[in-house]
Amino acid sequence: MSKLGNLGARLHRGEISYDFVGKRKIWYGVSILITITAIVGLAVRGLNMGIDFQGGAVFTTAKTSVSVAQAETYAKEASGHDAVVQKLGTGGLRIQIAGMDTTKSDATKIALAKDMKVDPESIAADLVGPSWGDEIANKAWEGLGIFMVLVVIYLAIAFEWRMAVAALVALIHDITITTGIYALVGFEVTPGTVIGLLTILGYSLYDTVVVFDSLKEQTKDITKQTRFTYSDIANQSINGTLVRSINTTIVALLPVAGLLFIGGGFLGAGTLNDISLSLFVGLAAGAYSSIFIATPLVADLKEAEPQMKALKKRVLAKRAQAAAEEEMAEARGDDDRDDAAPAVVGPRNQPASRNRGGRGRPSGKRR
Amino acid sequence: MAAPKRGRSASAQSKPGRSLALILIAIVALTGGMFASGNTTPRLGIDLAGGTSITLQAKADQGSAINKANMKTAVAIMNRRVNGLGVSEAEVQTQGTSNIIVNIPKGANSEEARQQVGTTAKLYFRPVLASEASAGAASSASPSASSSGSSSASPSATPSSSASASQKATGSSSASPSSSATSQGRAVTDALKADSTSSSSASPSASASPSAGSSASASASAAASKLEAEYTALDCNDQAQRATAGKSAKPTDATVACGKNSGVWYKYVLGPARVDGTEVKKAQAVFDTQTAAGWQVQMTFTGTGAKKFADVTGELAKNSQPPQNEFGIVLDGEVVSSPTVAQSIVGGQAEISGSFTQTEAQSLANVLSYGALPLSFREQSVTTVTAALGGEQLHAGLIAGAIGLGLVVIYLLVFYRGLSVVAIPSLLVSAILTYVIMALLGPAIHFALNLPAVCGAIVAIGITADSFIVFFERIRDEIREGRTLRPAVERAWPRARRTILVSDFVSFLAAAVLFIVTVGKVQGFAFTLGLTTVLDVVVVFFFTKPLMTVLARRKFFANGHKWSGLDPKGLGAKPPLRRTRRPAGPVAGPVDPKEA
Repeated sequence: MSKLGNLGARLHRGEISYDFVGKRKIWYGVSILITITAIVGLAVRGLNMGIDFQGGAVFTTAKTSVSVAQAETYAKEASGHDAVVQKLGTGGLRIQIAGMDTTKSDATKIALAKDMKVDPESIAADLVGPSWGDEIANKAWEGLGIFMVLVVIYLAIAFEWRMAVAALVALIHDITITTGIYALVGFEVTPGTVIGLLTILGYSLYDTVVVFDSLKEQTKDITKQTRFTYSDIANQSINGTLVRSINTTIVALLPVAGLLFIGGGFLGAGTLNDISLSLFVGLAAGAYSSIFIATPLVADLKEAEPQMKALKKRVLAKRAQAAAEEEMAEARGDDDRDDAAPAVVGPRNQPASRNRGGRGRPSGKRR
Repeated sequence: MAAPKRGRSASAQSKPGRSLALILIAIVALTGGMFASGNTTPRLGIDLAGGTSITLQAKADQGSAINKANMKTAVAIMNRRVNGLGVSEAEVQTQGTSNIIVNIPKGANSEEARQQVGTTAKLYFRPVLASEASAGAASSASPSASSSGSSSASPSATPSSSASASQKATGSSSASPSSSATSQGRAVTDALKADSTSSSSASPSASASPSAGSSASASASAAASKLEAEYTALDCNDQAQRATAGKSAKPTDATVACGKNSGVWYKYVLGPARVDGTEVKKAQAVFDTQTAAGWQVQMTFTGTGAKKFADVTGELAKNSQPPQNEFGIVLDGEVVSSPTVAQSIVGGQAEISGSFTQTEAQSLANVLSYGALPLSFREQSVTTVTAALGGEQLHAGLIAGAIGLGLVVIYLLVFYRGLSVVAIPSLLVSAILTYVIMALLGPAIHFALNLPAVCGAIVAIGITADSFIVFFERIRDEIREGRTLRPAVERAWPRARRTILVSDFVSFLAAAVLFIVTVGKVQGFAFTLGLTTVLDVVVVFFFTKPLMTVLARRKFFANGHKWSGLDPKGLGAKPPLRRTRRPAGPVAGPVDPKEA
């Protein structure tokens, strides 16, 4: 911990910091690249919708000695799709395969019968409709739409509209990447996948809001000082919550990684893969976008504001002045301010922003 | 500034013991409740536990054809009936062109579900034109005395009548089901019926004479006379007749129907439907404590429904004599209840009372709320199915999840050292509460846990962990500022609290909106999300914070022991605060006074 603890301390004091906002263009670029890849993946490969969404065929066999696992293999060989196999109370098997029409299902039925060494007549084949029908899907879209509107309104009130916009962009970014990777990997989309995506939607917003909360706190009295531009403070804010972000992400990702790599990889838990993959990618994207995309985006939007432009002008003017003084001071051999002026986020800057956030509220009012 | 702060910290510090005690009591109570109710594991979804699969076949009737649109509507309605809250994990899908498969997870009440999906739930409110206890020959008061003929006309009388005899013979020993001879058996049953009828003849609908009058007045048309013949011929004690009586009636026609009232079958002549079930906006089962009428179903009508209902009750109330002042509530052709009306009922509320059990009332309310099926269905087959996910997969998933959680614990131990005394129990408390509540919700609202929900719960661990990570990092920041632990905790809390509330609110908003708007599995997801979010707040407020306050008093933490995770040196605090501040003063000049 001492290393990470020190990292926390040094981040806190501003001794080290990464210029997230300054280097935003790079990260925007990275994100755009990934997003485009995801969209291309979606467009080219498309999503492989499971039986719950598109329906398929269900084969019911008579009492058989073929095991569920064997039947799964047979069904996959016969149809080229993943199959859901259940044992029935009668001793027979129910095999469900997505994306079948009548001709395909007949061919599969004969192939299955051959593999299982039974008479094709003893297998009943039927086409089934989606259990996740239009009604569920439509209502889900409706619910998502309402939620998006409400959350934007809420964020616009609790924070401001720029943050709401940025949070929404980050959210779309995360969902697009996750869906895209899903398309690229080619896993079948099950209701579990959709639930995974919804979980990510919640998590992505949650994480962004935690980061924004700190940003809001730090930028409260921004116009009352002339030391930092909005971008500087946004950057400080990200760095200040960086340890929290790293910790939270690790704690959230570890169990999912366990499911994905250990459960899916070594133990071969097939269906777990699709859910844990969407969760893993989505959680990572959610944590990344809050820091690298959402906050710089807010800074960009804010810097376009006349007030912030004016502030930036003042700050730059003051810095130029400080630099000039510096030169004079240096000439006089005064090294007291040496370390403060050149660093944008110098160690001594920190108390200023801390105060603003902590007891700053009441005393600020009093003033 | 100092005053409110002291007040806050004083109150916060006096509370921790109480909060901790409170949450411990809650855990013990919930766990006790869980063991007491015998549901020690959450009910598992069909993908994890398997269940029952019901195949229903549509029957075309009353002019509604079996087509795609009708099947789709039927699926949607059945889905809501068996999965009203979205948490029961039941699945409904079409199979072929005329079948519907309903999958119900193991442990759910599959009997109840079968009833719910099978009920067409065509509900009509029809005025009662005539009614009498369906007792055939024995009820001598009946002017339509030809009923004896009707009973003998029914060929299938033997099995059903003896069965009903054994059912209805409350205490009377002579009800031997062994009466094999048709006519004899019939006679015995009828006699019994007559007995029970006369004993319960106080009930308003028993009076037979008005029925003659009304049917006479209605007999202007040929249809009415046909109806009268049907009515006379009808024997509601006969199951086969009961099954067909009034079932195929169009809502615009008068019809005959059967209905059971205080254990006795009555037959009715009913006028055309005046209000129908689509005009019921909402129905719920309530227990009537005032009149001790037992379980009832309360209905709220839509605007037009309410108006129609007020009209029809107003008309009926003009008739003072039963049964013309009664209206029949007819569900799928059977009279569920036939209350008398004393005055026009305005306000759009009505209730159905019958001798319902709680389950019956609840499923009726449920069925009414979600509307009638466009088709009627026959149960074709019922079979058990195993889990869609193999047992080995679940096993692998559990092992993997456990390893992941182990890694989380190790990470917390390494990174937060002593603070993991707070962190790990917080996770533990949250896990116990989630588990126990899910187990209890199984029987309460048919909550079933499927694989996505398990994964959702794992992500919820991350969110719970985040709450105390935010809190810990705030505390550490305060310590880095040079504060000692106790003030650091009290100062860090309000700020962490705000972050936690703001971000959890977003999650809760998502949960609430999705729960209200959506159906099926999305709704189930929303429920889990809402539950875990609320638990997160509860755990942080009533467990993590108080525990932290308590621990901040311990020397180990307060003195910043090397292993406490709060060692000021390890955190890189600038010791003696004031001294480092002062040289910094000139730089941060205008800001510094705030700190003082």
